[in-house]
Amino acid sequence: MQTLILIGAVLGLGLIGYVMGRARSLIIANNTVKNLHSLPSYYGAYVALWAGLPGLALLAAWLIIQPQIVEGLVMGGLPAALTADLSGAQRGLLLHDIVNLATGNISTRGNEPAIVAAAERYNDLRHFGFMLMTVAALAITISGLIVARAKITPTMRARNSVEKAINAILIVSSLIAVLTTLGIVLSLIFESIRFFAQVPFQDFLFGMDWSPQTALRADQVGSSGAFGAVPLFAGTLLITVIAMLVAAPIGLMSAIYMAEYADPRVRAVAKPMLEVLAGIPTVVYGFFAALTVAPFFRGFGESIGLDVSSESALAAGVVMGIMIIPFVSSLSDDVINAVPQSLRDGSYGLGATHSETIRNVVIPAALPGIVSALLLAVSRAIGETMIVVMAAGLSANLTINPLEAVTTVTVQIVTLLVGDQEFDSAKTLSAFALGLTLFVITLGLNVIALVVVRKYREKYD
Amino acid sequence: MTDAAMPPTGPPPGGVADIRRPTIAHAHLRRRYAAERRFKLYGLASIAVAGLVLLLLIGSIVSKGYSAFWQYYVQIDITFAAEELNPNGGQVEDTTVRSADYLKLVRDGLKHAFPDATKSRRDRRALYGLVSANSDVVLRNMVLDDPSIIGTTRNVWLKLSDDMDTFAKGNIKRNLPESDRRVSDQEIGWYDILASQDRITARFNIDLFRNGDSREPEEAGIYGALIGSILTLTVTLLVSFPIGVMTAVYLEEFAPKNRWTDLIEVNINNLAAVPSIVFGLLGLAVFLNFFGLPRSAPLVGGLVLALMTLPTIIITARSALKAVPPSIREAALGLGASPLQVVAHHVLPLAMPGVLTGTIIGMAQALGETAPLLMIGMVAFIVDVPQGFTDPATVLPVQIYIWADSPERAFVERTSAAIMILLGFLVLMNLVAVVLRRKFERRW
Repeated sequence: MQTLILIGAVLGLGLIGYVMGRARSLIIANNTVKNLHSLPSYYGAYVALWAGLPGLALLAAWLIIQPQIVEGLVMGGLPAALTADLSGAQRGLLLHDIVNLATGNISTRGNEPAIVAAAERYNDLRHFGFMLMTVAALAITISGLIVARAKITPTMRARNSVEKAINAILIVSSLIAVLTTLGIVLSLIFESIRFFAQVPFQDFLFGMDWSPQTALRADQVGSSGAFGAVPLFAGTLLITVIAMLVAAPIGLMSAIYMAEYADPRVRAVAKPMLEVLAGIPTVVYGFFAALTVAPFFRGFGESIGLDVSSESALAAGVVMGIMIIPFVSSLSDDVINAVPQSLRDGSYGLGATHSETIRNVVIPAALPGIVSALLLAVSRAIGETMIVVMAAGLSANLTINPLEAVTTVTVQIVTLLVGDQEFDSAKTLSAFALGLTLFVITLGLNVIALVVVRKYREKYD
Repeated sequence: MTDAAMPPTGPPPGGVADIRRPTIAHAHLRRRYAAERRFKLYGLASIAVAGLVLLLLIGSIVSKGYSAFWQYYVQIDITFAAEELNPNGGQVEDTTVRSADYLKLVRDGLKHAFPDATKSRRDRRALYGLVSANSDVVLRNMVLDDPSIIGTTRNVWLKLSDDMDTFAKGNIKRNLPESDRRVSDQEIGWYDILASQDRITARFNIDLFRNGDSREPEEAGIYGALIGSILTLTVTLLVSFPIGVMTAVYLEEFAPKNRWTDLIEVNINNLAAVPSIVFGLLGLAVFLNFFGLPRSAPLVGGLVLALMTLPTIIITARSALKAVPPSIREAALGLGASPLQVVAHHVLPLAMPGVLTGTIIGMAQALGETAPLLMIGMVAFIVDVPQGFTDPATVLPVQIYIWADSPERAFVERTSAAIMILLGFLVLMNLVAVVLRRKFERRW
């Protein structure tokens, strides 16, 4: 909260700088704008940028660096006996205890004087750091303001400087997307490397047994844990196949109908309907799958003498397919509409019926686009989380029977990472290895979809 | 005049064609027309299936959830016994009032209503279970509000417990065998007696809208999650809107066409297709573990969702900018505006409706997103309403997920009600987007 006020103060100073710079430029130009190189507002913006940008940059850097320094100082200040033979994880736990104590939460080690002292030191350092940051940020902001204001002369090219700065800001913001991808890739890879240091790569990728647990004691039963991800891949594949069996025909046929047959009245109803279907949050589909569809399949199976699990892959897959229908249909709709009318007219002219034209001319022409739409839909089904978390099972079951419960990659990521975790156990890290696999597979599918369109698209104009 | 418009001339007399045409060609044509009709029917059926599923989904949620908007109350005569609340007599003391045993008052009231049901411990426990476990708090607040009721007997409306409430709403059927339902025959008997005395009534369930989460279904509300959602979306909007618009402006208006900008473009398109849970992993690894931001906080949730909605905003903003005709830019340039002035004064304001539409759609997506927030700990059980961006909080869809996981039967209707509220917000946001598009969109 205090930090927010500080940021607000820096921004406010920037605003003051704008007003001051604008006023200053008018004064030195004797209130005649044509004496100035740029419009007065650019002088204002110039001062505002000089005041605000360094201050905000300092704040950002400080907020990132300060915790590390404070933690280092606190840990360094502890009695050597406490920290001498601690592993990295134990140091983390100790620090966690100190921070908990310092922020007034319940800590398990609140009775040790060394820890209490460290907590006080932590609070003091943080407080001191904040004071220092406030002073530094305000000083740099105000001095920037004063310097920039003093630099204003009638011939100063304020507009050019401001535009250059804004251009730089635009470039930086467009790099955020790249940074995000970089962040995803790096964080997944780093944690996965730590995981593969504990579990061999091939055991993970080709192992047939998944029971992620780490033992508290070495002699515990099942202490090793098994991280063979094949059952997860199989479960994901099973549910994805079921979803595509639902989504591909329904989505494709409704796209064809909407693009080729539907009169405006049907379109006016069907298009918003599909958009609504697309806009429903996945957690709602998950609830629907778990409470309506799964019991229905179970009851139906019972009535014809089949044993259907209450967390069957069928229920999750069918509901996921429903979720993907609008995705398939809207992408295919675009592709079908892009097929030029002259192709259809040529086919009609040869005597083909409407459906023959669609099947023999329009769909082959649109095929690359349709294939890429289906690939994107598959990638979406693989990455979908909430439906399977709520409606699919938890136990890794290597089966192709859609009536049994299977688990998926995303379900395991969620179950491994929800709740408190220790960050060096193979159990937690395996979630990142699964995430990396998921990322690579979906990225691969997207790239293939892109390549399919680029390589096989027919150009008609 | 063309051939097609001429009157049919009939088959030419004699020859091979005369014999073959009616039999084979007509049958073939019939088959082709039948195939045509079938194909058309498949298309219509697909759309019908999609519509039917949508109706089924909405129908099942509304039919499960509409009853959560009211709550059954039971009227009990409660004696605010002076020996319990003010044992020393004289001035009523705040501390004794606060620490008094209100549960006993509730139990006495219930025992008074059914004197014959107090023989065994099991009976008594069942009797006490008629009303909400939170009833003592209600009584305490009554006394704190008005100490003068000490020593009197009042008719107090207390909430029925979740099971009895579910029964009263007809969601637990009487004709089930007793072992299959959560409400015993004895409890139903008490309920019938109370109902015949007009001591049962249904009221609008306002607590659903003003309480945080609770383990007791009758006390659980969505207010905390709603505030959490608002805080999270505020962060998302503040981060993703400026960055998204600036990126779109740069890529569309200023960026040179080179390998770097190609890379950024491909990157953004790929980011749009990354599964949402991967963004959760990013948030966990970078924001929580690397930067040390607090767990379960709307700040972190908002940042993660901002990164997730960024591609949506960039892509729609770019298409809105692209739709502004070049003549506008050229006219402004011709009048001496600098490139930045062209964008800031003309192109961006003209593209703003489209940009805002895209932003609202992105925000609607973010509002419904659950999976990445599970990764950063927003799935915790949080009773308090969050006060700031770093308080532990949860959001509406996660609240739905938590309730959907709860075993109590009464949470089913509350989950459905929360879904209805969430869908209501989404519909509202999309309507605003549609209206914005209709009202301000310009065709050039």
